[in-house]
Amino acid sequence: MGGLGLTAVDQAYLDQARQMQALSFVVHIPLVCFGMAFPAMILFLEWRYLRTGDVVYRAVAQRWSRILVALFAVGVVTGTILSFEMGLLWPGFTATFGSVFGLGFAIEGFSFFLEAIFIGIYAYGWDRLSPRWHLASGVPIVITGVTGSFTVIAVNAWMQNPSGFSVQDGRVVDVNPVTALFANGFLAHEFVHMYLAAFMVAGFVLAGCYAVGRLRGRWTRYHRVALAVPVTAAAVAAPAQLVIGDWAARTVAADQPVKLASLEGLGATTAGAPEHLLGWYTDGQVRFGIAIPKLLSLLAYHNPDATVRGLDSFPGTDLPPVNVVRIAFQSMVGIGSALALLAVVFLFLRSRTGRLPRSDWFYQALAVAGPASVVALIAGWVTTEVGRQPWVVYGVMRTDEAVTGAREIPVGYGVLALTYLGVALAVVWLLRRLAGRPLPDLLPRPTTDATTGMGVR
Amino acid sequence: MTLLQVLPMVFVLIELSLYTLLGGADLGTGVWQLLAGRGPRAARIRTYVYEAIGPIWEANHVWLIAVLTIMWTCYPGAFGDIASTLVVPLFIAGIGIVLRGTTYAMHGATRGPEDHREITTLFGLSSVLTPFALGAAVGAIASGRVPVGDQPGGYLTWLNPTSVLVGVLAVLVGAFLAAVQLTASADRQADWEMSRAFRRRALVSGLLAGAVALAGPFVARHDAPDLYTGLLHGDGRAAVAVSALAGLVALGLVLRRRAALARYAAALAIAALVAGWALAQSPQLLPGLTVAHAAAPRSALIGTTVAVIAGFVVVAPCLGLLFWLVLHGRFERVVQSWPAAGTVHRASEATRRRRAGASALTFVLGAGAVVFGTTLWPQVVGVLLLLAALVGGFAAVGPGELADEDTLDGALTADIGAGRKLRMS
Repeated sequence: MGGLGLTAVDQAYLDQARQMQALSFVVHIPLVCFGMAFPAMILFLEWRYLRTGDVVYRAVAQRWSRILVALFAVGVVTGTILSFEMGLLWPGFTATFGSVFGLGFAIEGFSFFLEAIFIGIYAYGWDRLSPRWHLASGVPIVITGVTGSFTVIAVNAWMQNPSGFSVQDGRVVDVNPVTALFANGFLAHEFVHMYLAAFMVAGFVLAGCYAVGRLRGRWTRYHRVALAVPVTAAAVAAPAQLVIGDWAARTVAADQPVKLASLEGLGATTAGAPEHLLGWYTDGQVRFGIAIPKLLSLLAYHNPDATVRGLDSFPGTDLPPVNVVRIAFQSMVGIGSALALLAVVFLFLRSRTGRLPRSDWFYQALAVAGPASVVALIAGWVTTEVGRQPWVVYGVMRTDEAVTGAREIPVGYGVLALTYLGVALAVVWLLRRLAGRPLPDLLPRPTTDATTGMGVR
Repeated sequence: MTLLQVLPMVFVLIELSLYTLLGGADLGTGVWQLLAGRGPRAARIRTYVYEAIGPIWEANHVWLIAVLTIMWTCYPGAFGDIASTLVVPLFIAGIGIVLRGTTYAMHGATRGPEDHREITTLFGLSSVLTPFALGAAVGAIASGRVPVGDQPGGYLTWLNPTSVLVGVLAVLVGAFLAAVQLTASADRQADWEMSRAFRRRALVSGLLAGAVALAGPFVARHDAPDLYTGLLHGDGRAAVAVSALAGLVALGLVLRRRAALARYAAALAIAALVAGWALAQSPQLLPGLTVAHAAAPRSALIGTTVAVIAGFVVVAPCLGLLFWLVLHGRFERVVQSWPAAGTVHRASEATRRRRAGASALTFVLGAGAVVFGTTLWPQVVGVLLLLAALVGGFAAVGPGELADEDTLDGALTADIGAGRKLRMS
């Protein structure tokens, strides 16, 4: 695939434009996780309510649906900002490749529209629709949350591993958007990785909130249900994420060797390459790190003596900022492994004792796991996106060829940063307000029959 | 110029009309929140508006997102040029949308618009800012101020006479649509006080919008002669006439207390005005660039056209359902219906262990296939096995029953963990 023969745009604020885009993603992606995973948990609760008639499930589902609406409303606007920025910050990117990747966003737009319609029906339909129809109105929310993120990730996979077009005299021709987006070798692992991440983030954040509540003494059955459902969802997703992450890394090793070398800080091409934990990359090697011999070759190619390409085998102008990528990668892997360990502990205790853990340390760990999972999520996106630099379309278009020539970037950046600070404060404020509302009085203590476990209202 | 090259532009114009109509009505409610004034009557108005927005809420921004995505897929070069030149107004509109959506979400956590009035004020201000900036961007394109090529527009290009006129018109039209919609909604609920209040507002904003629209030709004649010629002497003439007539009919219907019907006349007025603009500058998209020249390669146009039509086939009935539920007042009446408590067979501990074991085995098989599979199919099978293991594992844990356990032990009142007394809340 030949280059486009473009020249870099005269833009003194390229870094600021990139930071502005990154800021917008950092705000938006955690909200996306809730859009993908939260509806499934709410529907599970409502389904349990319909099966058992136990109003505790209903109370949790109903209160969570209010939080879902609030987070979705904020996600709508941060998502709108992203679609503005695609054109405003990177007009060269949309102008050149809009015909290749735009289809993904068109499908995403419809998914998102359906999601918005049914969230409206679901949130306002409590007690207005029959119980069955109300539950049914939630199903499209789950489905569209998946299809919408699927198409957006298809666009990202295409940016990592572009295909479905060819370049002739600096113009993009023979465009085939369907193969570009959906027959892409990066799509499967990126999507599954993100989908599991959504359940981990939504699960650990929610469980973390109720874990804090427990440490403060709030531990009625309502709170236990509200903790047990998300912690279970996150606990089954976290171990699987390690497997999917390994798959993702091997695909990167095969198709984006420069990203792999950056992730690992591998300066020189090495046979039987070691894996370094921690440390700092400088002068072609990792200093102050713990080296595990041959592990990188083993992980990346399933052969302890395999040769791994080093950073020195690529032109210096094609390298991403190694330490940013490497530290982000190590943070993601480290936090992800710790979360998987916590998950295994939970599953083990559940199978041995048959009840929720009793000790405070578990709940303290859960309280930390919530924010940690968000950090891992963002670190993962930094890994894949900064790891793609200096390209916006890997190997085809450089980021400095895509950027706008507009001079107003610093002003826009400042305004956006202030606005998003306000949005973050507003979200914290409204979640606290929603959480602080008294629980409905309709919650009778469930007279639980020990033999059937059946809650009777 | 082939049909395929024009069709996406027709979609864009339809969606722009729908955004003006539906999104405009949403945004217009913010104007009335802002202008409600003080005192108990103002509080009543704000509360009524707040409750009426209800389930339709922020979803209407999807029309705008659709406009953007179709533009950049089907007319990528022109979209890039517009984005470069009009970065300032489009960014302001984006910030306005963020503030509005956030304040909307914050209201979900208040007791209504009277609780934390500053949120209501910010909501109102952003509801004015957004349509003004978007209207100004449209005005800049219509008056031929977006050149072909990546030309930065600076801070002030968008504050030209035509842009300001279109921006003000967009705000007033939104306010009018909102007032008409709120009148119709009050009529349906037999809330005559609100019906009177918003009928008056609809008439005032409708007359103002009409006056600004009438000023349009005079401004355009000096500021954008091509647009003036196209609208009043060229292909746009018939559409402009239809728009003016439909606008008058809408006002007349409001005056005759037929607000529900007036909505349709207003919709026609807006669609005709957008069509008039399109015909006035057709076939030019930007000065010197025709729609046909701006169009993307054939396969992208086909893909988008198919996606838009297929999407519309799916979305239209769902949107129809939502509107039907709202317009029939289904969200206003409570149907209390508890399900009968069913008999729940609780999984025995042995069953649970079997499920857990099966899930663990599936997990190991799936992980093995993903890690050691070298071709596509073992990996696909592996991922499916992993997902099956997740669902099975979730069921085996049984979070619902898990939350029961402490109750069975009577641990609610017992000391747990570090031995703290637990508060029953």
